[in-house]
Amino acid sequence: MNATAASSGAMRKSQPRVGLFVTCLVDIIRPSVGFAAVKLLEDAGCKVIVPSQTCCGQPAYNAGDRATAKALARQAIDAFEDCDYVVAPSGSCGGMLAKHYPGLFAGEPELAIRAERFAEKSYELVSFLVDVLGVEKVAARYDGTVAYHDSCAGLRELGVKAQPRRLLAGVEGLTLVELNEAETCCGFGGLFAAKYGELSNAIVSRKADDIRGAKADTVLAGDLGCLMNMAGKLQREGSAVVARHVAEVLAGMADGPAIGESQKEPRQ
Amino acid sequence: MNSREAVLAHIRRSLGVRGDEAPRTLEVETRLAQAPAGVVPNRGQGDASARLAIFKEEAERAQASIAEVASWTDAPAEVARFLRENNCPTTLRMGADARLHAMPWSATSLEILHGASDGRDLNAVSAAFAGIAETGTLALVSGADNPTTLNFLSDNHIVVLSRDAILADYESAFAKLRGAYGKGGAPRTLNFITGPSRSADIEQTLLLGAHGPRRLHIVIVG
Amino acid sequence: MTLIATTAKFKDNVHEALTDARLQGALGHARNFITRRAASAERLPEFEALRDSARAIKDHALAHLDLYLEAYERKVRESGGEVHYAQDADEARAIILDLCKSMGAKTVTKGKSMISEEIGLNQALEAAGIDAVETDLGEYIIQLRGETPSHIIAPAIHVTKEDVEREFRKAHRDLPPDRSLAEPEQLLGEARAVLRAKFLAADVGITGANFLIAETGTSIIVTNEGNGDLTQILPRAHIVIASIEKITPTLEDAAQLLRVLSRSATGQDASVYATLSTGPRRPDDPDGPSAYHVVILDNGRSSMLGGEFEDMLRCIRCGACMNHCPVYQAVGGHAYGWVYPGPMGAVLTPSLIGVAEGGQLPNASTLCGRCEEVCPVRIPLPKMMRHWREREFERRLSPAPLRYGLGFWAFFASRPALYRLSTDLAARAMHLIGRGKGRFSWAPFAGGWTRYRDLAAPQGATFQSQWRGRSGAVR
Repeated sequence: MNATAASSGAMRKSQPRVGLFVTCLVDIIRPSVGFAAVKLLEDAGCKVIVPSQTCCGQPAYNAGDRATAKALARQAIDAFEDCDYVVAPSGSCGGMLAKHYPGLFAGEPELAIRAERFAEKSYELVSFLVDVLGVEKVAARYDGTVAYHDSCAGLRELGVKAQPRRLLAGVEGLTLVELNEAETCCGFGGLFAAKYGELSNAIVSRKADDIRGAKADTVLAGDLGCLMNMAGKLQREGSAVVARHVAEVLAGMADGPAIGESQKEPRQ
Repeated sequence: MNSREAVLAHIRRSLGVRGDEAPRTLEVETRLAQAPAGVVPNRGQGDASARLAIFKEEAERAQASIAEVASWTDAPAEVARFLRENNCPTTLRMGADARLHAMPWSATSLEILHGASDGRDLNAVSAAFAGIAETGTLALVSGADNPTTLNFLSDNHIVVLSRDAILADYESAFAKLRGAYGKGGAPRTLNFITGPSRSADIEQTLLLGAHGPRRLHIVIVG
Repeated sequence: MTLIATTAKFKDNVHEALTDARLQGALGHARNFITRRAASAERLPEFEALRDSARAIKDHALAHLDLYLEAYERKVRESGGEVHYAQDADEARAIILDLCKSMGAKTVTKGKSMISEEIGLNQALEAAGIDAVETDLGEYIIQLRGETPSHIIAPAIHVTKEDVEREFRKAHRDLPPDRSLAEPEQLLGEARAVLRAKFLAADVGITGANFLIAETGTSIIVTNEGNGDLTQILPRAHIVIASIEKITPTLEDAAQLLRVLSRSATGQDASVYATLSTGPRRPDDPDGPSAYHVVILDNGRSSMLGGEFEDMLRCIRCGACMNHCPVYQAVGGHAYGWVYPGPMGAVLTPSLIGVAEGGQLPNASTLCGRCEEVCPVRIPLPKMMRHWREREFERRLSPAPLRYGLGFWAFFASRPALYRLSTDLAARAMHLIGRGKGRFSWAPFAGGWTRYRDLAAPQGATFQSQWRGRSGAVR
């Protein structure tokens, strides 16, 4: 499993070259998450590069369009060729890169090998910081009561569970509370949320109830899709609970508008 | 081609085999002959007194009640006591099991009935083939000695279990079974029974005495 | 109780389920299985190793299924039983009806059997003038209600006790109308007495089988009530109906599977009754059936062997996947529209009734993976749901808007420079439009989302355009 690859030669380099796989949602909807990821990686001693990139192919993959998924995977593998690591602020995109890319090229040995090597160097952001770079604490402050939602792919495909909690525990002023059902799906599921809106709503309603029940004022997660889903539901219900990407809080960049909120003042 | 041949042929076609390949046939024959054990939980392991302790703990967890008596001759008194304390009628049905017959039932005021049950018996007593410490389970085999109907038609089922018949695990029970019925053999019915009958089908409320016995009382002898 | 699948109407079924307040209340009960399973797994250090062992046994049995079936048959015949093969549901029904008619059966008792649901057995028996009585309490309740099971372990989980009382009063007319049936104990007591009479009157008993053991020619049923036992030992004949993948090589293999079955299903270390039956009564037996018949059903399973969905044949019908599934938890089992609900139903149904009919089910999943996490035999359920989606895409069965939307996205995503330019323009535009609130209550093509949730507006220029602006780095 990638998370325990402490033997990677790149770690012994003074400054690992980390390719930021920014992800479509972060790129288009909430770039501040990308900048938070850059800060965290640079603070931990990485040289961050951002190759020209598009989509990891997961929407196509999950919709059964393998051909498109393969084409986009090849593109991504090419774009990040000369990075020591590929890091995404997302468990679901991270899981696509690290767990599903090799299988796309089963039966095509040359590409399969490249995909395998690519997968081995691909990580979700927070687990990369903790498990590979050995980050134990971040210098950040956040005054709030935070509930952390375990996004499904990050949790089940990549083992992201303890790492964000560990770093959040060290954030000054932050109180961490556990949801009753932190590991239960929020109902996003990519295209599922739009395709099966009523069903998705039932699932996210439960999650919203859980968040309110935990008396959190903030919900964090490592996946923007989940966060937009939960934020959208909470806001439609008139809740004051805000949602942010965990990277924003860890990077000390949580001053701007939360997800789905408007600019109140020019950002500092 | 009849259905049997069609189904087997379809399976073979899907698996990409003819069915007569020697390596496959050998693998199957070997597994059937050797019956390898797999993962055996540690829970029921230990010497006789450890197994007894675990058996009792697990059986009680499943809502069986347990009593221990020193010898087979003490069992009738215990059975009578159990029935009296639970306000049960004084009739008791049993099979032809010699160990049960040899007990001094006349010392109690119980009316003993013999043979399979027709559904009107409230109390029945059986002698167990074995006990399984791992899950507090009784193993009972069919036959004239302990008719299977006694296990299911009675309201109160009492099972007499010899202390040295308490085995660690299911695998040990199967070994004992093979000893009695031969390799590849089995009684017509082998019941593994863990506690009294129960259902949670009404709003997930756990209730005892669904269709089988409401009470299971285990008398451990020895 | 119908063979006709309503899986294509899944979204309608979902709507019905979500707006049914009684059902929503009752569905909370299924969540108890989650804590119980976790507790029993915790109590057993060997649990994970047992899951691996169970998986390996199933894989081995499937890889040698033809040979184990033949071995099983031989042993059944040796013990005085008979084996009948049915290629499909029609044939299975015909075989069972013939057996019942040849015995002049008027009343048949039934142990819980999902296979009998799959082949629509009860309807066929009733049509032939044979009274078929479900004896599992949950199955009895839904039989009275004219429903199908909504869960493979707890078929009446969607029913409240008030519902049960109403049905019992309607059905048990001989009993005093002023009797109290408010409490579950009273309902159970009544069911016990009513069904006891049926058990004793039955001519034929029909059960399923959790496992069929090749080594000894034995069928295993697992119950907590003991109804399966009364069904199979009291009547003159016992008919077992089971599908081909129930074949298990040895007694020891069965023990491995039983250990993970009860824990995964209800959190019990052992179900109350695990019964091994081998053939009809022996000369020495004072009770038991005089005839023992096993009907082995294919109905599409042999086609699954050697293919993408082979792993699904490992399923031991524990129900853990549906207990843990957020979709099942939201809508219950009937919404799935056929016999098998939850994740296992989503994967199995298209194999049995075709992807055109059953294809909605594997799409209605977030692929959260919790099912695979708890499956005792480690079936990769999300992967197989994706395989179904691939099959549908290949055959152009996916809805047109989805295919066009994906095609549109793919066009841009395969052209990085165009992608960066257009996403930047779109993001800036959407940001301006949504700047006031920072979110939209409505967006085109996103009705399924915005009907229930707000949709966050983009922050402005995309990350990549800002990054290029900052560092000037171009690749």
